[in-house]
Amino acid sequence: MTAPAPAPVRPGLLRSALVILQKDLLIEWRSRARINALVFFALSTMLLFSFALGPDTRLLGRSAGGYLWLAIMFSSVLALGESFRVESENAALDGLRLLPVDARAIFLGKAAGNAVLLLILAAVLVPVTLAVYDVRALLGLPRLLGVLVLGCLAISAPGTVYAAIASQSRARDVLLPLLLFPILIPALIACSKAATLVLHGDAMNELESWTGLLIGFNVAYWSLGLLLFPNVIED
Amino acid sequence: MAKAIRYALPVVGLLMLASGAYLGLVWVPAERDMGDVARIMYVHVPAVWMMLLASLLNFGASLWYLFRASWKVDALAEAGAEISLLFGVIGVLLGAIWAKPTWGVYWNWDPRLTSVTIMLVTYAGYMALRRFVEDPERRARWSAVAGVFLAANSVLVWYSVKWFNSLHQTQSSPKTTYPELVLTLRWNSFAFLFIAIWFIWLRYDLAMQTRRSEVAPPEPPPAAAGSPA
Repeated sequence: MTAPAPAPVRPGLLRSALVILQKDLLIEWRSRARINALVFFALSTMLLFSFALGPDTRLLGRSAGGYLWLAIMFSSVLALGESFRVESENAALDGLRLLPVDARAIFLGKAAGNAVLLLILAAVLVPVTLAVYDVRALLGLPRLLGVLVLGCLAISAPGTVYAAIASQSRARDVLLPLLLFPILIPALIACSKAATLVLHGDAMNELESWTGLLIGFNVAYWSLGLLLFPNVIED
Repeated sequence: MAKAIRYALPVVGLLMLASGAYLGLVWVPAERDMGDVARIMYVHVPAVWMMLLASLLNFGASLWYLFRASWKVDALAEAGAEISLLFGVIGVLLGAIWAKPTWGVYWNWDPRLTSVTIMLVTYAGYMALRRFVEDPERRARWSAVAGVFLAANSVLVWYSVKWFNSLHQTQSSPKTTYPELVLTLRWNSFAFLFIAIWFIWLRYDLAMQTRRSEVAPPEPPPAAAGSPA
């Protein structure tokens, strides 16, 4: 008599999340349409800021950290919206739900994917910012990178939850920024301030407070997202 | 009994508000540092307190909904959000009126003021979310999620005075102020409280009626002409 087949092992949370992350990055890599659109949109936005606020290069230089984060935030609306539009084709989201995959793994995978995409965008924008606004990273590029990582994670967590909601409702293009921007304001303040400090120097040791706020923001919204995402995509 | 309270609330509240206006405008002596300008505090502070109370209701109801879904809880959340928005706007406007003679500007980027405004914009987004989702069950669930996210914002409002340097007056305790100020403030606060509860009650009823009409089974078509029934 043959041995009974081994019971199928249900994938763990992190493993499922990793698979979803790989899937999204692979889809993105194949066409690279989203990242291209994001980069050019962000560059246009930064140009718009420069033209709107005049040719005074000193003023532009002082506000460079803010413009960088505004450009990333506006682009994030596109990125986040697209990340769930891809799931609405061929009822892909239903397929994901029907698999024995924890909804929380979908959140982790998608939010991580969005964060990676935003980080790539940010990495492209940094040399542009340094050149166009004529600034240097006074406190060093590693610190700037740290701020970028924290900021992209901060945008991604609530963004993924709200993108999932908005993609399933009417007026999705309006609803996502309307819901997301007020939630992101603390993160935007912290990221802009931190970026400005890294670019222009930190005479009063404020960087630690702002990064502390960013870390707190991330902890709060990643935990909330993990807990509440199943409510958002399950029927 | 409920009906009696329901009718008593606005009567008592409005009477207290009227008498509170007398207390605040006439009876209480002018404040030592700010003079007569400080009298607006007797309505500005209760308005903001009601905003925070209603937002707490919204948070509690949102959280409760996530554990045990029911239309009543969802209606409470909706009422809490809208009344919080109402009192918040009133509070901010009154604060701006106070700010002009005191700080010289209607608006500055004071952390607590900024946090409250962020919260109000977030509630406006919450109300928009409720408008844009047609399926009542999904609307309730997603609003509950949004309500919990919003709560992080509300916490920031209340503690911002402690976490940041601020132009806003730090919370006074009754022990450091004179008794007439305390009485007037408490009187007006209760007046606002009764009115706020009344508003929430009305809004809750409206939400429940809307829910009933949305969830009700469709009416049977009228019998065709000439058929027996």
